[in-house]
Parts: sequence; structure tokens; C-alpha cells
Amino acid sequence: MFQARIFVTLKDGVLDPQGAAVKTALTSLGYERVADVRVGKYIVLSLGHSNREEAEKEVREMCERLLANPVIENYFFELQEVSS
Amino acid sequence: MRFGIVVFPGSNCDMDCYHVIDQVLGHPVSYIWHQEKDLTGFDCIILPGGFSYGDYLRSGAIARFSPVMEAVAEFAAKGGLVLGICNGFQILLEAGLLPGAMMRNNCLQFRCQDVYLKVETNETPFTNIYRAGEVIRMPIAHGEGNYYAAPEALAELEENGQVVFRYCTPGGEVTTEANPNGSCNNIAGICNKERNVLGLMPHPERCAEEILGNTDGKKLFLSILSWWEGQRCEEVLGCG
Repeated sequence: MFQARIFVTLKDGVLDPQGAAVKTALTSLGYERVADVRVGKYIVLSLGHSNREEAEKEVREMCERLLANPVIENYFFELQEVSS
Repeated sequence: MRFGIVVFPGSNCDMDCYHVIDQVLGHPVSYIWHQEKDLTGFDCIILPGGFSYGDYLRSGAIARFSPVMEAVAEFAAKGGLVLGICNGFQILLEAGLLPGAMMRNNCLQFRCQDVYLKVETNETPFTNIYRAGEVIRMPIAHGEGNYYAAPEALAELEENGQVVFRYCTPGGEVTTEANPNGSCNNIAGICNKERNVLGLMPHPERCAEEILGNTDGKKLFLSILSWWEGQRCEEVLGCG
């Protein structure tokens, strides 16, 4: 059994209106040294795979096909073995 | 001419589209449930507005894997007309039938208002009875209509004349102030290279009748009919 923790972020150069709004809010709270904010997504998958390579291959495939949109987003993930 | 309107869980403009085709145009139309895989007999497929699958993950991201979408891709590849309105446009982008992606509006607000649009080209099956450069008014209602494409893809769209509608002022000027959502190059609607697939964020079905106070959207549907009649004329009589 594995657990995949997937992080989806906007590509550099793609404007992030949500991040910009959060940054404005942080600045107004007095956190003036925040130079930039980017908001992304965090997705956790519990996998029934017993083989790490197979799990990794499939998670990558799932990211490319559905979980991230390659036009605007990047992704990375961590794979951790967990007891069932 | 036979129209099909795809219904996804969460579509909410399907009935408006049906009404326009049936009552305003007087043409045969049926709903197509998103689980169906056969589009035989249809001449034009409409992906209506709404919030398919609650906009979960990204707008259109999950609807794009509905069984019907494979059939829509095949239908488009054979030259069939596909019109995606609002959420339908988002689904076409996610499905890769049109280039680019939608982002959250740059104002972070859901925008529900009338906008002015410049018809950039009338050389499409969807705009042939508008004048090129004509300024029209249509309602928008979306939170994620901020069109994005990488610079190279954007340049290609412009070069091929695939930008069909652009947000503009009532006088037809394409300005930042007239852009309701931050879209690249004020883009409100684009078509594919073959020009048989159109996606647009504004709602032509909400402005196709006198009673609604605006009929600017009716011409989009009439363009489709006029194109189709031209095609039939070519097929039957060999005229062009």
C-alpha cells in the first residue's frame, strides 16, 4: 500500500489572481516582507499498489491526464509506503 | 438540421439552448445524456453552460472524460459542428479540442453582466451572417473565464484568424477596461483551425429573442443554419 501526496501548482509566468489577492490580504495584515504568493492544490491518493515503480508510473499518468492541466500547471508528488 | 445538446450532471443552460433551437429556430433538437456514445444523425452538437461535476478539480476537467466526449471528438474530426458555450467552452479546452486553458477571473469575482464583443471574423460556420468587425452585446455569467494560452499558442491563434470574439467597448475598442475577466488578448471566443469547433464564454442563447430585449445571439444560431444550408446546396446540386 502506498500513499501519494500530489502538489499541483501554476506554472511560472502564469498569473495567479488568487495568489495576488492573498498577498494583498497578507500585506494588509502587516506581513510586508511577503514578496509573492502562489496558490495551488494538494491531493492525497491512497493506493492499493504493492509495487513502488508501478505506483509511481500510474500516479504520473493520473497527473498528466486529469489531476493537473499541463497548459497552466506543474505537479510533483511524494510516494510513501503505508501499512494497510 | 438536427441539433443535439449534451447534458452533463450540473449543466444548467441545456434547456435554454433547447428552447432556442426548438422554439426560435424551429429545428429538431434532442438532449444527449453524457453517458451516450453514439452521435449518429446529428449535424451540430452543443455543449451548454453550467457547472458540470460542480466544477470540481478544474472547470470541465471531469466532464471531459464522460463517455460522450469521445464521440464528440470523433464527430468534430469528421467535420461536424461543435459549439461550446461557457462551461461547454471550458470542457472543449480540457478535452484539447480547442487550445489553451481557463483560469479564475482576474477580479476574483463571478461576473454576471452584459458585455460588448467584437466579431473578429465572419469566416466561420458560426458567424457568417455577422459583419466582420461588428460590435454585439451578450450576457456573461462565469467565475472562470480568464482565457490563457502560452505566447506561442496565442500567436498561432491570432495568425490563423481563430480568435472569433473579443471583449470590447460599446464603440468596438479592445481595451483592458472592457475585459471582464483578464483573458489574454481580450479573447471571448475561439475556433479550431478547421473552424468547425467554436467555444465562447458569453451566452448567445440568452439573447436570441425580442422578449429578452436583445437578439444579438440569434445571429450565431442563424449563421449555423445558413452554413448548413450552403453545405447541403453544395452536396445536392454541386453548387458552391
